[in-house]
Amino acid sequence: MDSLLKFITCGSVDDGKSTLIGHMLYDAKLLFADQEDALELESKVGSNDGKIDYSLLLDGLMAEREQGITIDVAYRYFTTERRSFIVADTPGHEEYTRNMAVGASFADLAVILVDASQGVLTQTRRHTRICALMGIKHVVFAINKMDLINYSQERFKKIKKEIRILLAEFDYETAELIPVSATEGDNIAKKSKNMPWYKGPCLLSYLEEIDISEDDSDTEFSMPVQRVCRPNHTFRGFEGQIEGGSISVGDEITVLPSRETSTVRSILCGDKEVNRASVGQPVTIQLNTEIDVSRGCVLTNRTDLYVNTMFSATILWMDDVKLVEGKNYLIKVGTQRIPATVLNIRHKIDVNTGQEVPADAIYKNEIAQCDISVSSSLVFDLFENNKALGSLILIDRISHATSACGVITQSIHRSHDLTWHTMDVTKEFRENQLDQKASTIWFTGLSGSGKSTLANALEKRLASMGKHTMLLDGDNIRMGLNKNLGFSESDRIENIRRIAEVAKLMNDAGLIVLTSFISPFVRDRRQARDIIGSDFVEVYISTPIEECERRDIKGLYAAARAGQIENFTGITSPYEAPEHPDVTIDTSNLTVDECVDKLIDALGDKL
Amino acid sequence: MRAQGNQAFEVKTMDHLDKLEAEAIYIMREVAAECEKPVMLYSIGKDSSVMLHLALKAFYPEKPPFPFLHVNTTWKFKEMIAFRDKIAKEHGIEMIEYINEEGVAQGINPFDHGAAYTDIMKTQALKQALTKYGFTAAFGGGRRDEEKSRAKERIFSFRNTEQVWDPKNQRPEMWKLFNTEINKGESIRVFPISNWTEADIWQYIKRENIEIVPLYFADVRPVVERDGNLIMVDDDRMRLNPGEVPMMKKVRFRTLGCYPLSGGVESDADTIDAVIEETLSAVSSERTSRVIDKDGGAASMEKRKREGYF
Repeated sequence: MDSLLKFITCGSVDDGKSTLIGHMLYDAKLLFADQEDALELESKVGSNDGKIDYSLLLDGLMAEREQGITIDVAYRYFTTERRSFIVADTPGHEEYTRNMAVGASFADLAVILVDASQGVLTQTRRHTRICALMGIKHVVFAINKMDLINYSQERFKKIKKEIRILLAEFDYETAELIPVSATEGDNIAKKSKNMPWYKGPCLLSYLEEIDISEDDSDTEFSMPVQRVCRPNHTFRGFEGQIEGGSISVGDEITVLPSRETSTVRSILCGDKEVNRASVGQPVTIQLNTEIDVSRGCVLTNRTDLYVNTMFSATILWMDDVKLVEGKNYLIKVGTQRIPATVLNIRHKIDVNTGQEVPADAIYKNEIAQCDISVSSSLVFDLFENNKALGSLILIDRISHATSACGVITQSIHRSHDLTWHTMDVTKEFRENQLDQKASTIWFTGLSGSGKSTLANALEKRLASMGKHTMLLDGDNIRMGLNKNLGFSESDRIENIRRIAEVAKLMNDAGLIVLTSFISPFVRDRRQARDIIGSDFVEVYISTPIEECERRDIKGLYAAARAGQIENFTGITSPYEAPEHPDVTIDTSNLTVDECVDKLIDALGDKL
Repeated sequence: MRAQGNQAFEVKTMDHLDKLEAEAIYIMREVAAECEKPVMLYSIGKDSSVMLHLALKAFYPEKPPFPFLHVNTTWKFKEMIAFRDKIAKEHGIEMIEYINEEGVAQGINPFDHGAAYTDIMKTQALKQALTKYGFTAAFGGGRRDEEKSRAKERIFSFRNTEQVWDPKNQRPEMWKLFNTEINKGESIRVFPISNWTEADIWQYIKRENIEIVPLYFADVRPVVERDGNLIMVDDDRMRLNPGEVPMMKKVRFRTLGCYPLSGGVESDADTIDAVIEETLSAVSSERTSRVIDKDGGAASMEKRKREGYF
C-alpha cells in the first residue's frame, strides 16, 4: 500500500467540507492541544453558540473567516497509524472553480460531499467532472447531513442511484458512497450507531485502506530534462524526475525531439550513484556520447511519444481575460516552454452537464476543447497515458497570468508532412541579390499621428536609395486580403496575423516591408513580432493625442466625440504605447523630411 | 544477461520521505533552470539545514547554483552564527549575511521595540537585502503545517514590486507546471518543503544524518522564565527583570530565532531519537514557543506575511 494519500474535499458552500475534515482531525486525536484551545476560543467569539466549530481549523484566511466561506485551497497534514495524508480543502463555489482545479491536480482521490437532503446537484456534477478532467482516478461521495434526514436508508439509496447514473459518464477506477454527518461525527472517524443498515467502513478507515498505486509495470522509461549539470569539463549530466518506467546503466535511450540515441553511462539518484532508477525518482543521468541535450528535451526508450506541432486539448480557462481564437501564449508541457497559439475552439463543454456547446470565446471557469499549435516541435503524450507529458498550462505573455490548464487528448497531423523544404534559393541569397537586408518596419501610433505620411515618405526615400520595398496599409490590405474581416476582437487579431504573415513572406523574398496600422495593443504587436522574428522593427509615432485631434484630417475624432464611431482608439478604446520601441518619433514639431532623416539614421544598419 | 524476474527486487518503492524529497528537488531544479537570479534564504534553523541538504543533493556534483542569504537581526544565539559559518565553509557555498544597519544604528532591540523590532530587523531587512542584490526568486523553508495562513500559500508565491503577497489573487498552480514568469521588480518566494510536516523534517534529519544546531538538543543552559516561556540568557545584552535570576535548566529549542524571542522547553532529549520521540508525542504545535505569533491573535501571521514577513 502507498504510504501517502493526497486527497481533496469538494462540495458546495454549505455542504460542510471544512467541518468534515476538522471533525476527522479532532476525532482521530490528530490535533495539537494549542490548536484545540484556539478552536474553542475562536468558536466562542464566533456565532456558533459556543459549540465547537470544526471548520475554523481549516478556513485560514481572514477574508474567509469573515465571509464564512472557503476561497482558496488549504492544505492539511495528518498521520494515522496506518497512513500519512495530505488533504486539500477546496472551495465549492463556481466562481472558484479554478482553485478547486488546483487542489484536484494535486490529488489521488476526491471526497465529494453531497447534502443528503438535496441529493445530486449541479455542483456535484461540476465537481465530479473537474476531478475527472484533472486526472483523479478514485472518488468517494460522502453523503453528508444524514442527521437532518433521520439517517434514512431509503433516501441514501435514492442518492446512490443518482450517483451511479452520474458516474456512467466518467472513467473513475473506484467510486464509493459513505453516509456521514460532519457536525455529529457519524461515520467520520468511527462507525455510526445511528445507521446500523450501513455495512461499509467509516470515511477515515476507507481512506486508510484504499489502494491508489498505479500499475505501471509495462510503462517504458521517460524523463523530461530539467537542467544540464556541468560542474566541470569531465561531468555533463541531465537532471530530471523519471515520469515513467525505469532506467539502468548501459540502457539505450533516445533524445526527443532530435531522435538522437546514446547509452546511459551513469545514474545519480540525488548524490548517490545507482545502477538503476525508476518512476518518481530525481536523477542525474550521464550518457556515453556527446549529443545535444538541453532543458525541455525528453530522454526515453519509448517509441510512441509524440513529437509534433499541433494537438487537441481539453482546457479549463482560468483567466479574467477571455480566450479568443488566434491568440498567442506561452505553453508549458513537461519542462518545455514555447510560444503557442490557440488555433481553433472546437466547442465549449458545459461544466455542469457535459454538453458540447459551440463557442467563439471562452470565459473564466469554462471548459473547452481546443486545437493548439506550437512554434516548434513539442514532445508530448496523451494525458491518459502520462500525466507529466500530457498536462499543460497556457501563460499570458503580457500579464503572465496562468490563463489555462489543460490535458492533451489527441495529436493532430497537419496535411501530411508539411515540413519546410530547405531550398537552394534562400532568403539570404535573395537579400544578397537585392543588396539589402530584409526587414519589416512596423509603424504604430494613433489615428492622425502621421504614420501613413511618414511610411510613404520613407518608402520614397528608400526607393531613391535603390532599395526594394513594399508598403502595406489599410488601403491595400483591408480592401483585399482582409476584406472578409470585421472589427471584432478575433477579427482584429486575425487581421494583424495575416499582415504579419504577408510581411514575413515578403521578408523571405528579400523585401523591406513598411506597415502602417494603428495596432493599438501590445499583444497584437507582440504576435506580429513573433511571426516576423528578428526582422521586426517597431517604430512608435508618439505624436500626442491633442495634436492628432487638432489635425483630424479625416474628421474621425469629431465623429468619435459625437459618439458616431464605437471603439475609437484614443477616445473610447485604449492605445497601449510600446514599452521598448526601436524608434520613437513625435511629429508635432518636425517636418516630414526631418522625421525621415531621423528614421534613416535610427534604422541605419538594419537596412 | 540479467534475469527479468530480478528486476522488481532492484526497484525500491518510494516511501513518504522519498516522495517529499523528490518533490522538493524537482522544485529547486525548476527554479535554478527558469529564474534569473535565485537565492536560498538560510535561517540556520533545522528547516534551513534540510533545505541546504536538499539543494546539495539536487545539483550534485555541482554546488547549488545560487548563493545563500542569512538575514541577521544581530540577536541570534551565538551558537547559531558559529554553526552558520562552519557549515558554509564545509560545503563551500556562498553565504551572504545581511544586517539592517539603519536599525542597528537606531538601537532597535527586542526588549524595547516588540513587534516593530521583528518588522525592522527581519521583514524590512529581508526586503532590503532582496532589493540590494536584485534576487528574482528566494527559496524559503516555510511549511504549510506551521500555521493557518501558510496552509493556503502556493509553492511559488508571488510578490509585487512592493514585495507584498496578495492572498486573494494567487496564481493557480497545476500539476508540476510552475509558472515562473515575472515582470521587472516582481519576485517569487518559493517554498519547496511546503508539504512537509515537523515530524517529516525530524525523520529526514535522522535518516540523512543532517547536522543541526546543537541548541535543538537538550543541554543545561542558563534561562529565565517569562510568560511560561524559558528564555535563554545567551549574552550580557539580555535584560533581566527586577528579581529575575538566571537558573540552569536542561532545555532544548523546538524553533530557533532571536534568543530573547525563542522559548525553550524543559527536556532530556539529547539525541535525535529522543527529540523525535518527544516531537511525535508533542501536545503543543511548533509555533507556540515562538513568542511573536501571540501578538494579535490568529490573524497576526497573515498580516505580517502580507507586509512581507517570510
